[in-house]
Amino acid sequence: METTELPQQLAEIVDDFQALSEPDRLQLLLEFSRGLPPLPDRLLDHPELLEQVVECQSPLFLTLDIADDTERSVSLFFSAPPEAPTTRGFAGVLQEGLDGLPAAQILAVPDDVPERLGLTRAITPLRMRGMAAMLGRIKRKIRESGAA
Amino acid sequence: MSVATDSNEKFARYAHPERLVSTQWLADNAGTEGLVVVESDEDVLLYETGHIEGAVKIDWHTDLNDEVTRDYVDGEGFARLMSAKGISRDSTVVIYGDKSNWWAAYALWVFTLFGHEDVRLLDGGRDKWIAEGRPLTTDVPQPQPTDYPVVKRNDAPIRAYLSDVLDHFGNPLIDVRSPEEYTGARTHMPAYPEEGALRGGHIPSAVSVPWARAAAEDGTFRTREELDAIYRGEAGLAEGDDVVAYCRIGERSSHTWFVLQHLLGFQNVRNYDGSWTEWGNVVRVPIVKGAEPGAAPVPAGQR
Repeated sequence: METTELPQQLAEIVDDFQALSEPDRLQLLLEFSRGLPPLPDRLLDHPELLEQVVECQSPLFLTLDIADDTERSVSLFFSAPPEAPTTRGFAGVLQEGLDGLPAAQILAVPDDVPERLGLTRAITPLRMRGMAAMLGRIKRKIRESGAA
Repeated sequence: MSVATDSNEKFARYAHPERLVSTQWLADNAGTEGLVVVESDEDVLLYETGHIEGAVKIDWHTDLNDEVTRDYVDGEGFARLMSAKGISRDSTVVIYGDKSNWWAAYALWVFTLFGHEDVRLLDGGRDKWIAEGRPLTTDVPQPQPTDYPVVKRNDAPIRAYLSDVLDHFGNPLIDVRSPEEYTGARTHMPAYPEEGALRGGHIPSAVSVPWARAAAEDGTFRTREELDAIYRGEAGLAEGDDVVAYCRIGERSSHTWFVLQHLLGFQNVRNYDGSWTEWGNVVRVPIVKGAEPGAAPVPAGQR
């Protein structure tokens, strides 16, 4: 079914996770946590432009920009403290998996993507819901912007 | 073989000073034969970002909980875990973690279910160690497996089940959740997600003492005098009391259990780990909404 197919850059990440054993999946999530890009200066100076996703167990803030092009491509920005590596890791997966995609394509990403990473045994349901909530918030912000 | 205790003056005022070590003690005793340092955090990846040199990781969710039943691992499972972490039955175990040792206290409580004798907390936990500029490493130790015995878990002295709580009415109950959870305004921690309790409120007669009141700004335990003022003064606990503490799933109340049992010397303290995620969903158990504790119902055994 076409609607459940993932954008290629996200599908590759899911495949990478799926190819690994559980301890290695956690290690990969840690790498995403380390690779989460810092906020650009304009957002560092204006933290009020970020929204907190309260469903995450650790403080996680995000915002996005929608370009004025025909595809309405979306840029994603996340902020989470280094002492919250799991939350940062989930943010890193979404950043690398979705950044730059057209708004319509992000809205079509299935909500169960977090569960496809194969981490549901190692990571508590509460945290997994935190990642789902980040995706939900991104979609909601896109919808609110009227870009889709 | 037990490692010498910390003779810190603050600790000497507690009922069981041997249950705490300071960051300086840990730095001084690193590598001592018979000492195993364990990190236990809320975040499953935090240890991997850097930990105290030589420390092994124990994760509450994947290591201490049974994978299928809502319960802790059994004697075989605990023995396997201890062996893998290089812990012998006579090892001195020092546990530390994030969030004022919230999860570290939970791990210590589970060690106690198996009667591991010498298990201590690092006062101030991970945050204090880091705040003092002490080093972390990402090197993961590869401990020699040990021959840890299979010990039957002994729940009764320190763990309360739902039925125990129903029989406990008339004795002190301490609710260690946030005030919003206690009154029933919400069923989960502020800034945390909803976690599936159908009703908001507290167990009738339970007194509200949020767990974090036992911790100072730097994550260390408050002094003996401060703790006495909170638990004996405000909460009205008295010598010889039989106390049950609870929270949402039993993690925060482990911290309070540690305070009451080891720092203040209460001898009959149980942690109700089913806590609000069980009580708030059970058919026909009584609850109270609002800021008042409410009257204790007649204990189940006396009806």
